[in-house]
Amino acid sequence: MSEKVLMKGNEAIAEAAIKAGCRFYFGYPITPQTEIAAYMAKRMPKIGGTFLQAESEVSAINMVYGVAGAGYRVMTSSSSPGVSLKQEGISYIAGADLPALIVNVQRGGPGLGGIQPSQSDYFQATKGGGHGDYKLVVYAPASVQEMADYTIKAFDVADKYRLPVMLLADGTMGQMMEPVELPDAEIKEYDKSWAVRGTQMKREHNIINSLYLNPEELERTNFERFEKYALIEKEECLYEEYMVDDADVVLVAFGIASRISKNAVNEARKQGLKVGLIRPITLWPFPVEPLKKAAEHAKGFISVELSMGQMIEDVRLATECKRPVALCNRTGGMIPSPEQVLESIKKMLSEVK
Amino acid sequence: MKVFSKPQSLTDAPLHYCPGCTHGIIHRLVAEAIDELGIQGKTIGVAPVGCSVMAYNYFAVDMVEAAHGRAPAVATGLKRCMPENIIFTYQGDGDLASIGMAETVHAATRNENITIIFVNNAIYGMTGGQMAPTSLPGQVTQTSPYGRDVKTAGYPIKVSEMLSQLDAPQYIERVAVNNVKNVKNAKKAILKAFKNQVEGKGFSLIEVVSTCPTNWGLTPEKALQWVDEKMIPYYPLGVYKDKDAEGKGE
Repeated sequence: MSEKVLMKGNEAIAEAAIKAGCRFYFGYPITPQTEIAAYMAKRMPKIGGTFLQAESEVSAINMVYGVAGAGYRVMTSSSSPGVSLKQEGISYIAGADLPALIVNVQRGGPGLGGIQPSQSDYFQATKGGGHGDYKLVVYAPASVQEMADYTIKAFDVADKYRLPVMLLADGTMGQMMEPVELPDAEIKEYDKSWAVRGTQMKREHNIINSLYLNPEELERTNFERFEKYALIEKEECLYEEYMVDDADVVLVAFGIASRISKNAVNEARKQGLKVGLIRPITLWPFPVEPLKKAAEHAKGFISVELSMGQMIEDVRLATECKRPVALCNRTGGMIPSPEQVLESIKKMLSEVK
Repeated sequence: MKVFSKPQSLTDAPLHYCPGCTHGIIHRLVAEAIDELGIQGKTIGVAPVGCSVMAYNYFAVDMVEAAHGRAPAVATGLKRCMPENIIFTYQGDGDLASIGMAETVHAATRNENITIIFVNNAIYGMTGGQMAPTSLPGQVTQTSPYGRDVKTAGYPIKVSEMLSQLDAPQYIERVAVNNVKNVKNAKKAILKAFKNQVEGKGFSLIEVVSTCPTNWGLTPEKALQWVDEKMIPYYPLGVYKDKDAEGKGE
């Protein structure tokens, strides 16, 4: 057991990445995630790693693409407007089947938006984001400890399946301080014979590429990639259930919204209301099964989000619209209170009976 | 006795370039340089988006295909994680001087220890002949059908001159491949650009004035003449920066 230290969420991501064997970080300053870059700037030179402040988000993600092509653990981090800029590179990384970690500490949008926390990049993170058919595995941590734990997990999953993984946090998760334990990570070795490190005159040349001018070939690569995604849906889906078994109303929330929702569940239970919470930890793959199961007894669902309602579409799909699904939300950097969530629980209970 | 052969650093794949295009010559010069320095096994090339997008099939070294303009950033990532390897990019004018200008300038000003082969033929070839950042004033292209009007489309960018104003870069030279003498000079420059990297000296960029007979609407022979008559007067050949010559080599 390593000892607990008090850390900001952003710093926990950075230190966990180093524990996971990441020695290459490329980024560009943007609030509210700049602590990650600052931490890396301090630490990387001390451990023989590379910190480089790129000229743009676009360059940063392409530097990531280079290191990922060589098969070394590599990451970048940004916040919403910056992650939009990275989408081109993320699509190429996905198309070339390369492992990498992209962190998005979300802020309100659209456009320049604001600098306060938000979850309004859910669509961008879970539905592809850039051009073409692809997916990212998306982790949504809900504590500083989980910021660290899922950073480590993300590197492993990225290597295991050869794909880019996103850690989708928000301004609250990035900025808040909590005690965190950072044990040494077990770093598994994966086959990297596909990487470009020079032929050493011992093999044919390797090519890192996403261009297929022959449409049959391009279709085949997409089919193969989606076979991999099907396996990930089966193997890597993570979620937490809280008091769902007898619940009449099931809240669905991730990240900071799930902590507020848990408070609301506790308060509702005190008042004798049967309320539970399903917290997706992976946003893709989305926890379809527990929602489907809950739809057998729950009378309704409430998607609690820091957005105009994005995950709610996946909740409806997962429950096959068998039960009403309501939205409880704030957006633009505002955060719903447990009281607001409790009110929407009562409203739903009065409507569904 | 063997007097001539294909460089080892080229694959056997037939080139897809148009008749009279000088990409073939430039590919060969790059491959010869790699062979002569004995670095084939540790070289990694970065291909651009443009006519040379499929350069990854032609060089017998590990290759990465970059997004349009991003090759210097990709090369930076590769070099930073493998400082002992040799990293080069091969880019056209649209790729390097338009969409990838930020990546180019910043790789240069960091003096990234990489080699850039910049092929300037004053046009977007692959997409069918549109105006490039290096298209000459008055040059007719698909997107400047009345000739490049500098009042609305601006002036061509002289990349070698511009980059040589930076303090950091090690070596910047403009060459051409339109006649034997120029090809020989180009070979020397490209070799030096790779040697600089082997010796850890830093950023070297060779701008190669090239042709596009297809989209210029000229025969291969006339295209070579057009290089002499139009391109070289606007883009004078020569060394624009050489820290060794300045006695400031790092």
